[in-house]
Amino acid sequence: MTSLAEILQTPRGERVLRLHGVLALDDASRLRAELTAALDEGPVGVLDLGGVERMEGAAASVLADALCASGAPPRVEGAAEDVASIVALYWRDGAPERHEPRRRQGFIAEVGETTLELIARLRGMLSFVGQLSAALLAGLRRPGSIEWGAVGRQVERHGADGLPIVCVIGSLMGLITAFQAAIQLQKFGADAFVADLVSLSLTRELAPLMTAIVVAGRSGAAIAAEIGTMKVSEEVDALRTLGICPHRFLVFPRMFALLLVLPLLTLAGDLVGILSGALVATSTLEIGLRNFLMSTQEALVPADILGGLLKASVFGVFIAGIACERGLAARGGAEGVGRSTTSAVVSMLFWLVLLDALFAVFFNVWGIY
Amino acid sequence: MALIEARDLTIGYTEPLMEHLDFNVERGDVFLVLGGSGTGKSTMLRTMIGLQPPLGGSIELEGVGDPALLDGKRPRFGVSFQAGALFGSMTIAQNVALPLEQWTDLDGATIDGIVAGKLRLVGLEQAANRLPSELSGGMLKRAGIARALALENDLLFLDEPSAGLDPVTASELDDLLLTLNQALGLTLVVVTHELESIYRIGTRCFLLDRDTRGIIAEGDPRVLRDESTDPRVRAFFHRESVTGEVTP
Repeated sequence: MTSLAEILQTPRGERVLRLHGVLALDDASRLRAELTAALDEGPVGVLDLGGVERMEGAAASVLADALCASGAPPRVEGAAEDVASIVALYWRDGAPERHEPRRRQGFIAEVGETTLELIARLRGMLSFVGQLSAALLAGLRRPGSIEWGAVGRQVERHGADGLPIVCVIGSLMGLITAFQAAIQLQKFGADAFVADLVSLSLTRELAPLMTAIVVAGRSGAAIAAEIGTMKVSEEVDALRTLGICPHRFLVFPRMFALLLVLPLLTLAGDLVGILSGALVATSTLEIGLRNFLMSTQEALVPADILGGLLKASVFGVFIAGIACERGLAARGGAEGVGRSTTSAVVSMLFWLVLLDALFAVFFNVWGIY
Repeated sequence: MALIEARDLTIGYTEPLMEHLDFNVERGDVFLVLGGSGTGKSTMLRTMIGLQPPLGGSIELEGVGDPALLDGKRPRFGVSFQAGALFGSMTIAQNVALPLEQWTDLDGATIDGIVAGKLRLVGLEQAANRLPSELSGGMLKRAGIARALALENDLLFLDEPSAGLDPVTASELDDLLLTLNQALGLTLVVVTHELESIYRIGTRCFLLDRDTRGIIAEGDPRVLRDESTDPRVRAFFHRESVTGEVTP
């Protein structure tokens, strides 16, 4: 392989850097190594480009970089017109300034920054709740300003379209609970209580919580991503410039939709779960379907079902609220939308479990269950 | 051989936007794709770069047909998108370095030097470590051009490079494109409808017409402006409505 750069000496003792051949992008590393080796011996007075057939911008960048690092720029000689123009273009006022890569922060700085981010997020959430409350009051004064037309579309999207998966999950929960109950209760000869255990655990806890988790993963993530994309593509700003409140236009329809949809989906989950439990009980235990349903009827009181539905409504409001808040907080393009969606799903799951625990305490204290 | 050769080309999605087009782009041209809104200029660009298959006919780049335009091999051209299309999670320098890391065996220090050179060429040396979300519209376009130049291809496609920019920034961008064409010998294919840019940078153009779904004028934009008698062509180049009134 012929060399791309060599050092010659003029009769007057001046060092000449002579380049040869085609200096292309793919030869840039070799050119850089040869230039570094040649220039390590000392600066050059003349740059002879007479032997260069063609030079690409990458080679010109490397050349400018190496020559400027070695000291005073040399006199350029012998360059063909196209080569001279490329060298001139990349060698204006010396070599281009190298950028320092962004440094990773230290541990302390990371902790500090994360803490500040958390505080800012908390402030953002409080501000969102405040704005939402103000928008709700304004909306109640002028109900026509709320985008009621969108509520139906949202109910269909997050309710009707989500019904199959909620039913599948609900029936599996009923199956699992019935199997576990049958195994344990059989040991004590208490098979007859399988129906009580299945119906109570489903209506009070499992159906509302599992339905909410499914809706958070399915609809909550979709809402956060949709609003996040609208935010980063300035559609939310456009709404504001049109005098339309984003809370009334975007947040309320989704919130009202989930407020309605979650209890209905939970009710569906209750039904299919209990029926699946009945299937297990009648097939593995000597309990007839009629007996199972009668036991269920005796075990359940309206407060069990209504308590579950109340929880579901609150879960719905929280899912929509968190998804919208995270979506509206998105910034910085596609990655920002991804971050806000992830953050929304994690926050929703945390809040669902926390709310469920709070409901369990309050229902117990107030003697509802 | 022409650099780009289109024969009996029909472009569009389900319905054709333009039909039976024949044109050549020669080496060294600043070739402008012109037309009113909705005529299919951007679809034409997408078809030329292989993102949108033609509905009929053929388009060849250096004699190689459609599938070779974007075939998972090292690209033979650079593309600058309307809003830059930079990757939001990477800094500007990382965006420019990406094709070099992907398609060459160059070491990190060499790549850094090349990236610095490209950013200087487009006047973004100081923005190397900034994220795309921290840049203005004009800077995003210039960063997109730097990334498109990274692989030293001698053909560059640009979609509306000066649209939405203030006159000074638009003029600076035109200067950059002229430099790329005249000093580096790049062939540029530019979709635009900015009249000032058209007269300043264009060496050849064609004008698409929605009604006839074809090319109604082809040649040097300044000559078309001064000599065409076709009312549709005059309307475009003189900012007139088709009735002959000058648009303010």
